[in-house]
Amino acid sequence: MTNLFPKCPNCGATQFNKILIKHLYVCPECNFHHRISSAFRLQITIDKGTFEEIDKKMKSVDPLQFPSYEEKLKSSIKTTGLNEAVVCGTAKINDLPVVMVVMDTNFIMASMGSVVGEKITRAFELAIQKELPVIVFCGSGGARMQEGILSLMQMAKTSAAVKRHSQKGLLYISVLSHPTTGGVTASFAYLGDIIIAEPQALIGFAGPRVIEQTINQKLPEGFQRAEFLLDHGMLDKIVPRPMIRETLSNILEIHKSSSKKNKSYRIEQYGLK
Amino acid sequence: MQKKDIEDQLKELQKKLAGLKDQVDSEERESMLPIIKELEQSADKLKVELYRKITPSERVQLARHPNRPTTIDYIKYLIKDFVQFHGDRRYMDDLAIVSGIGFFEGIPVTVIGHQKGRSTKDNIKRHFGMAHPEGYRKALRLMKQAEKFNRPIINFIDTPGAYPGIGAEERGQGEAIAFNLYEMSTIRTQIISIITGEGGSGGALALGVADRVFMLTNTIYSVISPEGCASILWKDSSRAGDAAEALKIDPNNLLQLGVIDGIIDEPEGGAHENHEGMANSIKEKLIITLEELMQYDIDDLLEQRYNKFRAMGQFKEA
Repeated sequence: MTNLFPKCPNCGATQFNKILIKHLYVCPECNFHHRISSAFRLQITIDKGTFEEIDKKMKSVDPLQFPSYEEKLKSSIKTTGLNEAVVCGTAKINDLPVVMVVMDTNFIMASMGSVVGEKITRAFELAIQKELPVIVFCGSGGARMQEGILSLMQMAKTSAAVKRHSQKGLLYISVLSHPTTGGVTASFAYLGDIIIAEPQALIGFAGPRVIEQTINQKLPEGFQRAEFLLDHGMLDKIVPRPMIRETLSNILEIHKSSSKKNKSYRIEQYGLK
Repeated sequence: MQKKDIEDQLKELQKKLAGLKDQVDSEERESMLPIIKELEQSADKLKVELYRKITPSERVQLARHPNRPTTIDYIKYLIKDFVQFHGDRRYMDDLAIVSGIGFFEGIPVTVIGHQKGRSTKDNIKRHFGMAHPEGYRKALRLMKQAEKFNRPIINFIDTPGAYPGIGAEERGQGEAIAFNLYEMSTIRTQIISIITGEGGSGGALALGVADRVFMLTNTIYSVISPEGCASILWKDSSRAGDAAEALKIDPNNLLQLGVIDGIIDEPEGGAHENHEGMANSIKEKLIITLEELMQYDIDDLLEQRYNKFRAMGQFKEA
């Protein structure tokens, strides 16, 4: 079902899909970073063949019997071939082991319900057990309305897991892609030791339309875009998609000997005390 | 019996009662008293029944009732020698959240809560109880202070949600809420949160990662406002009532879902009718809960807190 001539949602230019893939789905005309599937994200980020997925079979239930939620889940599973909106597992980047978490906006805009919250929590708990860094590729519309309050509670649950991971002295890098909004920004997405964003990504807590309606005025140009947030001190860095793997690998390398247990190693290696 | 019928009966009864009370002069009064009393009792029964038949959208209206007691009211009734503290030491003082220290039943405590205004002017100043990042950062500053001095923390939650505005986004609304959730999960003192009106989404949760979370009878706690949900789902915010029902935002449902730890009954007619009565019920619940929580070793308490939120959610594994 691949569209052979996809249109850029930002500038409207059409491209051969083959060319877009070569550009990692970054529009050659306007540099807009298209949304990409979790599979493609893994493919361009980690060492080939190193991904070992966990909790692949976990599926959502319909705890509130919410109108048309079940059908929505069924059709999302069918069209994406995924069971839910996040893919987690262990992997290597330039030979350095990590726990990878990749959200997939093709699945109900990667909104966070019980499964997304549980899988992310387990990913952090696995990283604690294995003493590994975590990299989360965020991209989400926010909390999943159809699971009501249980979705809200996933914010508390994931944040608490991030805290435990952090208390062990372990590294967490959060990479924000377009769009990262709502309850996901108000939980794990903004809790990274290092927060990176892709260019032009929309990142914010409240949706632009809600803000516009509340304050009754037009929003400034570039509002809630990655560049705007960098200017306001809310991001560590903006990294274009082709540079992300290298940047992550570099940061991981710098943290390789940082965990408490590796202190003696550090002294040996660098002669530092 | 339908709700409308109960309402009609109640009105009829109350009319009769008022008439009787007007008519009887002081001499007849003695003999009439038992009848009046009986009528009053029937009226009370009807009120209770009416209460049970509250629809989800009526509960939303009650939760937002402008005369409900606010954090400042509860502080007045419950906290002795209260000292209010201001500001996040980063940017400004957000009046949508009030906070400070004082004695609760002789125990030093930190109290934090959303604050809605009573008048339009007051509401504009307080953004209708919708906090900016600095509000959540002030709350966290006070919670860290409570941790340092081993004071239990009492949070009152009553907010439509976090403020949606340009400044709020520029200063990291998401980050501010996230950091509260993150830090509250390991704050080394007892935390009790009570939803006293609207528990609106992330703005509510930012004061809600607690050892015990209670809701008053006529309150709501929700991931999205019923209006917001209706406009997304049916492109029609006037169907908020249906959304309120679908979202299951009332205390009974939330207790069943394991999201809250208990319900505090409101006085007859609702908290807005009797502030002091409401404060007294809260006081009783706080005393019992604090007594229980203060028994635990703090590491055990944190483990319990983690496991409580850890267990929230429903899913299946094939």
